[in-house]
Formats: sequence, C-alpha cells, structure tokens
Amino acid sequence: MRGPLSELPLVFDRVSQTLGGVQVLRDLQLTIAPGAPSAIVGPNGSGKSTFLRIAMGLSRPDAGRVTWGGQTDPAPRRRAMLFQRPVMLRRSAAANVAYALRQAGCPGHRVRGRVEELLAQASLSALAGRPARRLSGGEQQRLALARALARDPELLLLDEPTANLDPAATRAVEDIVRNAAASGVKVVIASHDLGQVRRLAGDVHFMVAGTILESAPVADFFERPAQPKTCAFLRGDIVT
Amino acid sequence: MQDGSTAWELVVSGDPALYAIVQLSLFVSLSAVAVASLVGLPLGGLLALTRFPGRGALIVMINAFMGLPPVVVGLTVYLLLSRSGPLGSWGLLFTPAAMVFAQALLITPIIAALTRQTADDLWNEYRDEMNAMGVTPAARLATLLYDARFSLITALLAGFGRAAAEVGAVMIVGGNIDNFTRTMTTAIALETSKGNLPLAMGLGAILLALILAINAAAWGVRAIGERQAA
Repeated sequence: MRGPLSELPLVFDRVSQTLGGVQVLRDLQLTIAPGAPSAIVGPNGSGKSTFLRIAMGLSRPDAGRVTWGGQTDPAPRRRAMLFQRPVMLRRSAAANVAYALRQAGCPGHRVRGRVEELLAQASLSALAGRPARRLSGGEQQRLALARALARDPELLLLDEPTANLDPAATRAVEDIVRNAAASGVKVVIASHDLGQVRRLAGDVHFMVAGTILESAPVADFFERPAQPKTCAFLRGDIVT
Repeated sequence: MQDGSTAWELVVSGDPALYAIVQLSLFVSLSAVAVASLVGLPLGGLLALTRFPGRGALIVMINAFMGLPPVVVGLTVYLLLSRSGPLGSWGLLFTPAAMVFAQALLITPIIAALTRQTADDLWNEYRDEMNAMGVTPAARLATLLYDARFSLITALLAGFGRAAAEVGAVMIVGGNIDNFTRTMTTAIALETSKGNLPLAMGLGAILLALILAINAAAWGVRAIGERQAA
C-alpha cells in the first residue's frame, strides 16, 4: 500500500538558475500535481535537465523556491530519477537493485524477494547475475528503472530515458514507465521524442530559454498549440 | 659465477637461516600493508568524498609523503619508541612490531594518495546516482572502496613494494638482530658489507621472486575479478 503523497505537488515558484554564466532557468513557474505523466519538451539547452536536477534535489536554484508536498527540504524521500546515461555500479544486475533497495531502507529479509520482483518487472530476471556494465544500453536503462523503482517513488523523474535506444528497447522502457504510472507513480519525463510524449504523457509543458511557454493536455498541445513558438517547434523549426 | 651457484644452492637447499629471514620479512611487510590499509583506504576515500578548508593542502602533503625517506621515518619512530620517547614505555624498539610500525608509517601515504585518486574518479562517475538514491556518507565511502576494490589492489601492491624493498627504517628501529629482526634487505646490506655475497645474492633473488610472485598473483586476482564484476 502506498502511503499518503508527500512529494507532491512539486512546485517551482519563480525559480532561476545560472550555470557557467548562462541563465538556464528564468523565473520558472510550474506545478506538478499527481496524475498522468507530465512531459517537459523543448529544444536543446532549454533547461529541461536543469529543471529535473532541481526537482530531484540534486541542485539548488539561485533564486526562487521549490517545494515538495509543501516541504522545502530537498532530501529525496520518495523521489527517484533516471538519468539519460545511468551509471551502473560495478556489480551484478541483481546487486545493483539490491543496493538501491538497501539504501531505500528495505528490510534485509525482503531484499531478495523485491529484487526478483523488480527484475521481473524490467524483464531482466534472466540477466540477474550478469555484471551490470556488460548489459546492453537498453538493458542498462531498464535496470536503472528497476533501481529507481526500488525506492518505491511517488515521483519518478526521467531525463531523456530512451535517447540512443533502438525501437524495441524504447518500447520495453516505455512499458515499464506506463506500468509505474498506472500504479500511481507520478512520472515527469523530459523528452525530445514527440512520439513518446504522445504515447506516455497526460499533459505537456513546453520549455524555451528556461521558462515554461505553454502547458496543455497532450491532445491540445499537439492539435491546438496556443503559442507561435510551440507551432514552430512542432513543425520542426529551430526555436530559441 | 661461483657466488651465484652457491646462492642458488642456499635457496634450493632450504637453508633455515635464509628462510627465517624471508619469513620475517614477509610478516613485517604484509603486516605493515594491513595496518596502512586500515588507515590509508578510508582516509583516501574520505578525501575524495569530502570538501573542507585545507583539503587541498592535505592532499599535497599526503602526495609529498609518498616520497618519505625511509631513514627519516626510521629515525622518527626510533625517537618515539626509544626509552626516553613518548612511546618508550611500550618497549617496542628493536622488535618486529617496531618495524611494522615504521613501514606502516612509510606506506600509509602511498595507499591513501592512490586510494584518493581512484575514489575521486569513481565518485565523479557515481555522484549523481548516489545523491539521487539518498546514499548516506558512510555508505558512499563503503561503496566507493568496494567498487574500486580491483583498482585499489594496485595501491596495496605499491605499498607492499615500498615496504619490502626499504632498508633504512627497519634497520634503525629493528636493529638487524640475528634471528629476531633481520629482514631480507637488512641482511643483504649486512652480508654484502661482510663480503658474504652468496647469501646476499640468494636473498636478493628470493626478494625479487617474491615481489614478482605477489604482483603476478594480484594481477591475476584483479583480472579475474574485473571480468566477473566488470
């Protein structure tokens, strides 16, 4: 049983961030509420990854306020993040998941059973004993998802989760994300893949130059974009 | 060539005096590596993980201490353990324990510095994942040392090589006492000065062979382990 939500809503209130002299986020206002997956789309350099890092609590903004379920403490309680290039610990696939479970406070006697469940969920049971770094890119991404889900997250942040994956691997990752969302996990996905956004997201936030230009339910975003820049982005034009 | 064949005869005949020296040398050097690892591995890992004022200076100092002259370490330990020194009451001077102490002091900076470098590289790779997983500081240290275990074998080998090859520190604090604190290196120095070249050459050959064997074994362990853990 999932406990009461405590990471949501995730609220960005006039958040700004400068990295290396470049303002990456500008007065960003965004509320992520429980529900269907939210997608953050936008051109390269628009600030999507920085947004996710701050949402995860990995970076602190220069200005503005971020709250998770009304709390300002950035320590991840039931938040997890999947990076574009996840780093595998130098141990087996099963040991990677067991590690995440132990860090999340899973009681020792439950670890083995949960590892088996999570690996099965990621269709990796047959590869449990294989060194994680020897897995293919798609298998590593699924393993990283299993590791993220080991935290029993309420909020799952995905940064370009299927970049560089082939269609079969992409489908496998999307299936896991869909199942997680169906089980009540709030998924926030930053993606370049507009097809993936159509397949997974319930609402879309279009980010340009560090600020949200448009937010809309997924159907409206694609069928009735309100902003000229959104139209240009969807046409495939270069948007800055 | 006469000396060479006599040295070989000593080695293959299992000369008890020679093998007692070999045994003590291995005991002292391996014990020193064990003691230095207890300090150097966590110290190096902590230096990789933490940021504090003076960290850079501490790293420079530890790196510099990798080249500590053994006679200076020997002298320092001698002063500490001598009867009028602060640790004189322990009665360790001219014992194998004093030799372990001196060699451990000598190689701790080597193990700590090499560990820091290895752990630093790994931490750059792991930082985001571990922060995202909410890994505690103690668990971070344990994870880095565990995941870098095969690379850290090199640090331990460097420490062992330094300990096994040094003569100055053990000579000063051990006193090169026959059948008690005489190691391969101090025996080689003594026998050479006495003109007993066969024994000196036999010991030299064994010392080289041991270092080669230990390095080969460690390389094998590392290669197999890395293949299994990737």
